Amino acid sequence: MLQNIWLIPLFPFVSSVLLILTAGQLPRRLIAIMGAGSVGLSALVVLAVGMQFMESQTPYTLTLWVWMQIGNFAPGFSFYVDQLTVVMMSVITGVGFLIHLYSTEFMDDDSDYSRYFAYMNMFVAAMLILVLADNLLLLYLGWEGVGVCSYLLVGFWYKDPVNGAASRKAFVITRVGDTAMALGLFLLFTELGTLQIQPMLDAANSRWVTGDTIPAIAALLLLGGAVGKSAQLPLHTWLPDAMAGPTPVSALIHAATMVTAGVYLIARTHGLFLLAPDVLMLVALVGLFTLLLAAFTALNQTDIKRILAYSTISQIGYMFLALGVGAWSAGIFHLMTHAFFKALLFLGAGAVVHCLHHEQNIFKMGGLRTKLPVVFWSFLIGSAALAALPFTSGFFSKDQILLSAFELHGSTGISTWVGPWLWAGGLVGAIVTAIYSFRLVFIVFYGEAKTEPDRQPGWRMAGPLSLLCVLSLIGGYFVLPLESVFPAAAEHHVSHLIEGISISIPLIGVFIAWLVYYKRSLPVEGFTESGFGKALRNFWYSGWAMDKLYDTLLVNPYTGTANAMRGEWLDKIYHGVVSLCQGLHALLSKSQGGKMRWYATSMVFGLIVLVTLVGWAS
Amino acid sequence: MLLLNLILILLIGGAIAWWSERLGTHLPRLIAVFVVLIDLAYLLNYLAGIPLEQLSVVPDAADPSSWLLAYQLDWIPRFGISFQLAMDGLSLVLILLTLVLGVIAIISSWNEKNDRQGFFQANILWTLAGVIGVFLAMDLFLFFLFWEVMLVPMYLLIAIWGHEGKAYASMKFFIFTQFSGLLMLLAILVLAILHHNATGIYSFSYFDLLATPIESGMAHWLMLGFFIAFVVKLPGFPFHTWLPDAHTQAPTAGSVILAGILLKTGAYGLIRFTVPLFPEAALDFAPTAMFLGVAGVIYGAVLAFSQSDFKRLVAYSSVSHMGFVLLGVFAWNSLALQGAVMQMVAHGFSTAALFMIAGALQQRLHTRDMSKMGGLWHHMPRMGAVALFFALASLGMPGVGNFVAEFLVLLGLFAVNPWMTAAAALGLITAAVYSLIMMQRAFYGKPDTDLVVTDFAWLEMTAMAIMIVALVWLGLYPQPVFDMVQPVLDSLSNVVSSTSAAVGAQ
Amino acid sequence: MEGLIIPLNHVLILASLLFATGLAGLMFRRNVIFILMSLEVMLNSAGLAFVAAGTAWAQADGQVMFMLILAVAAAEVSVGLGLVLQVHKRFKTLDMDQAHKLNG
Repeated sequence: MLQNIWLIPLFPFVSSVLLILTAGQLPRRLIAIMGAGSVGLSALVVLAVGMQFMESQTPYTLTLWVWMQIGNFAPGFSFYVDQLTVVMMSVITGVGFLIHLYSTEFMDDDSDYSRYFAYMNMFVAAMLILVLADNLLLLYLGWEGVGVCSYLLVGFWYKDPVNGAASRKAFVITRVGDTAMALGLFLLFTELGTLQIQPMLDAANSRWVTGDTIPAIAALLLLGGAVGKSAQLPLHTWLPDAMAGPTPVSALIHAATMVTAGVYLIARTHGLFLLAPDVLMLVALVGLFTLLLAAFTALNQTDIKRILAYSTISQIGYMFLALGVGAWSAGIFHLMTHAFFKALLFLGAGAVVHCLHHEQNIFKMGGLRTKLPVVFWSFLIGSAALAALPFTSGFFSKDQILLSAFELHGSTGISTWVGPWLWAGGLVGAIVTAIYSFRLVFIVFYGEAKTEPDRQPGWRMAGPLSLLCVLSLIGGYFVLPLESVFPAAAEHHVSHLIEGISISIPLIGVFIAWLVYYKRSLPVEGFTESGFGKALRNFWYSGWAMDKLYDTLLVNPYTGTANAMRGEWLDKIYHGVVSLCQGLHALLSKSQGGKMRWYATSMVFGLIVLVTLVGWAS
Repeated sequence: MLLLNLILILLIGGAIAWWSERLGTHLPRLIAVFVVLIDLAYLLNYLAGIPLEQLSVVPDAADPSSWLLAYQLDWIPRFGISFQLAMDGLSLVLILLTLVLGVIAIISSWNEKNDRQGFFQANILWTLAGVIGVFLAMDLFLFFLFWEVMLVPMYLLIAIWGHEGKAYASMKFFIFTQFSGLLMLLAILVLAILHHNATGIYSFSYFDLLATPIESGMAHWLMLGFFIAFVVKLPGFPFHTWLPDAHTQAPTAGSVILAGILLKTGAYGLIRFTVPLFPEAALDFAPTAMFLGVAGVIYGAVLAFSQSDFKRLVAYSSVSHMGFVLLGVFAWNSLALQGAVMQMVAHGFSTAALFMIAGALQQRLHTRDMSKMGGLWHHMPRMGAVALFFALASLGMPGVGNFVAEFLVLLGLFAVNPWMTAAAALGLITAAVYSLIMMQRAFYGKPDTDLVVTDFAWLEMTAMAIMIVALVWLGLYPQPVFDMVQPVLDSLSNVVSSTSAAVGAQ
Repeated sequence: MEGLIIPLNHVLILASLLFATGLAGLMFRRNVIFILMSLEVMLNSAGLAFVAAGTAWAQADGQVMFMLILAVAAAEVSVGLGLVLQVHKRFKTLDMDQAHKLNG
């Protein structure tokens, strides 16, 4: 079965191409079957491959063809399967299939049904290539491919220019990261002579020692790419705006898969990062600051999807934190559980929006607990997992991360004193996470209904929601077989006090949210309406004013310069040459006055000059 | 004989197409496309007959018999000027590109109402003949002749059938190329004279002139003479200002040929002549040239973003892409050079397609102004989808030939100068900015519900399909092109290293 | 006969002065008749130089050349006067400065 892994990205790719070529002519049912079915087929193949792999447990490489060969640069179109690949593929195809199935109902009102599934399938194909890639160039192909599909899907409803602006923002910001990553690839190839991941990591280890400059620069550049794709500080501003796309897109791309690509990249090349402890420290710090920034911003949002977007940014911050402290498996574990509960939350949000005729402001919702019961339970379970309440999947994964942060062993080479600070920051993030997620639940599902739903979700939406609910609850008990991929994590020996704090913090957060938003017994208005409070709220609402910062520093100067230069100022030089010629022409043509006497006189003078010259010469 | 026939078929075909107009106005374009297809078939027939090993033989750059094909006819023996043509892997790839794009160019103007169709098609064919002559000519005098020959019909195409600014644009194009060509002619003459001084023989043949001993100062000047001619054509910053006007004002077929093929003659000249004839001087000059390349990449991209004229935006994108070629050539290592050649081919297709779309838009909407467009995907989904593909190709999406090219150029450049690579890599970001804004302004946004336009028909879609397949092929399996070109690059590096060794020994 | 009685140089100086006078008249006079007259003076000065030289070298060539010059002058005058008539017809004046249409 392993030799058929090429089928996995092939099914969605072929489906996408067929949908593009038939350009909407096919009947809707067929499109739905192709769109969702292709991902389903891939999921089945992944299952078969996974089962076979569990027996053999040795990494497997399949080369389809040699992409190009110039000198010793010979990347192949090759796939590499190890346990990490299997985990990633399972998440992509499994959660992906559920989201595609959901989309077949969600997008039913839309006239561009075929185009939607064409883009979605192409995305899944690209993402699968990304995780299957055996060398960094093929990974880059998948990397850019998902970026392009994200652009296309965010801007899916192209008639509104706001969506176009959001999609372009997403693409350009991730492109900045991609460029850094490309420079990293150049550096790695120039220094090590190969871009194949496993040989490259071996070469890096034999050539460099921990703390060398060059691997640090390479790791830093790769981190740049990861930060862009995973929407971490400072390249995170595109994700909230990317909510302009259809909600299943947000679920798939901006929660479960594309934004986790950065986490995957760092995990995959962890050998390189281990040679650069300073960069790992940076990874952890980026994760920490992002999770805090995003959590506080989510607290102040009013659009249901934007809350979830900032929540995603924040949760990926946790994954980066995990990677930075060397808890590689924990990071990937959180990636998986996050895929479950975040997809659940987004699909639930989609159901709310779908059934409330496209209302997205949470303050216009309310009381949906009784009106949309399936969605309510989805949200409740999803938020519980997000807040890491005990025994949910999110609890197990987040707990592992925080504990690994607390007791840094120096396994990654970063200074151990940072550990408790990282843990404390993670806890602050956890409590805010609990507050904002249950804020959402209480405002949308409790209280009086301000908007009435005009329909109920069908089986194609309710089914995936239910399945994701189950996964969000039991996902924590999955044991990921990642021991042979990553260096062994040390056992946790923390005191019960620390454990106790980790468990109780989210519960306290839920309690606070309950007090403020359900019972309304905590008078926060006094603070939020005050001068300082309002300013703080606006600051946090705007994502800590980072959009404005980038506009002032980058966007406006660029457009300003471009517009100032659009008339081709260089032409002034060439026009100057032309003017010079014309001026000389005007001057010299005066000597052709047409007057015979002038000609005669100039002949005489010429003659005198000539004779004098001849006389002098001889 | 094959080489001569390649050119003659086009020349005579052009004359026939011109004459055929009196028999019917639909005939010239049929004859023209037929003639180019015959030429292409002729070349492909020859190509099919070559054994594969011969393609991988590294030719001796000074010996025409080791090349794929050679042809010689005496012309002015007194000065050593002969009608000498020769083809190797590099010229083969470029001639194939020329002929395919020639077909595309004629198809792109199929439904445009042009007066004097016969003369129009004749000019297209004669331009193609001139270009093939440029790629084949190995006698420098002959090379200069063909350089001028490809210029005149192009000038006529712009001056007669161009848009509102045709007089200014055609004159500017002509004078820029002519003036820089003059500098090249001077350099050629001086080179021949120096050769005569050293060996006592007059010769304008590339093969003889390769090993001419030239003292360093003079070599720099001669190299500059060649360099300026080719860099104006490429076009390289800051000599590129003729391009936006010429491309914008040219008729669709003219733009396709101009952007797809003529620009590549500049790059070809750099690889074939500038560096091998004066290796020391060229490599001394490399940092400056690379700087101009980076400047072109960024400048072209920034200016493309601010244009409101669709064609002008695409024209500036060409400036940006050709900056990569300049970078690749002067990095002068296998990776970068292969990237530069691949960029020539891939850019030929992608930019030809974009100009064809621009022409189609202008024909349907009678404007090139993007502020009057918007939401066109709603009316013309096929054109929108195709434009999206080529916009993505333009920004270097992996899976397409342009990505392979740009990646290789930057990879090769990194080993030579990492900082310049970082600066050039910014071009990747700026390319995304202008490509996407082009899609946004023209095809996305609120559609004008009163507008009635026809989408791409089967003929245009076929032409587009050819280019899409070509680009995806180049993106996923570029090895055939690399294999054809690698022997040439090896032979040229032999020339460079042996000349440097000889100079070092002096 | 023997050579000149007066030194050749004196005659040549006279001829050059005459030539200069004619040239000056050509350059500075605007009336076309006077330009023709100046031309005659220049021709005659050349003729004087020829005659003097012929006498100095005791050869008849000088006189022969003078006859040639007379013939040329006559032809030139007839054509010239024809041009004068045309100039007057077109420009309604004999001022040569007015005939400057062939300019730029």
